[in-house]
Amino acid sequence: MPIKTDAIGKEWPATTYQVGREKIKEYATALGIDNPVHFEVEAARAAGFRDVVAPPMFAVVYSGPALGPVLSDPDVGMNFAAMVHGGQVFEWGEPVCSGDEIATSSKCLSIEEKDGKGFYVFETVSVNQDDAEVVRGTWTNIVRGV
Amino acid sequence: MSDLNVGDAVPELSVTPDKYLPHRYAGASGDFNPIHIDDEFAKAVGLPRNILHGLYSMGLVAKANAAIAGGDPCSLKRLSVQFRGMGMPEQEIVVSGTVKSADGDRVVVDTVAQQGETAIIKNAEAEVQL
Repeated sequence: MPIKTDAIGKEWPATTYQVGREKIKEYATALGIDNPVHFEVEAARAAGFRDVVAPPMFAVVYSGPALGPVLSDPDVGMNFAAMVHGGQVFEWGEPVCSGDEIATSSKCLSIEEKDGKGFYVFETVSVNQDDAEVVRGTWTNIVRGV
Repeated sequence: MSDLNVGDAVPELSVTPDKYLPHRYAGASGDFNPIHIDDEFAKAVGLPRNILHGLYSMGLVAKANAAIAGGDPCSLKRLSVQFRGMGMPEQEIVVSGTVKSADGDRVVVDTVAQQGETAIIKNAEAEVQL
């Protein structure tokens, strides 16, 4: 059976995430990142940030949840059980600080079959409360045995 | 101009995630997929044990590259990775990189994350503003 490609080009409405200091600390601690700009407001402000600033890969925390409804969309029709995360790209814009409200919208860029595997590529675009882009993510999921 | 030239190795980052790291990362990231936090579940679906989150390993690659610019969170402009071998808790991860191109204060670093002989992230390309 050929792979289902109905979802190519489909866009999903934005989901929002409210960035908080303690969540940034929790993420930085898990990664062993110790720069005080992620922990102390004074250090962050001294470095020119509005508030405690997120490490770049905190992008997964605010943009990842937007993909939940995408991956379970029947139009995508993905077999979760056989899915692996194959590749990831992030391109960063404005820094993300505590107090920011980030809106992330999603789009299906491509669905292709190659060597018996399905390659599903999605894009997320995250903007802050001033409508400035903070990160653009490209998520490649591979499903074995389509 | 930066002090980094094409072909230069950047400082290595070595981390040995402890047994409970996947649980802390699950909490921090919100990804509670049982293959990362439930050893019995992971074995039941054919894995050797519970495995690290790929995006945790990518986080280490990001950390190693931001460190080139003194840990400045705004220094990392772009990071592209491919997930390959599975990362395991309680085994050392070594992130190493080589400068692929340099344009003024902007460098592109080819990066790999290894556990022993296994590349858990390969073909990673980081664009860093120094």
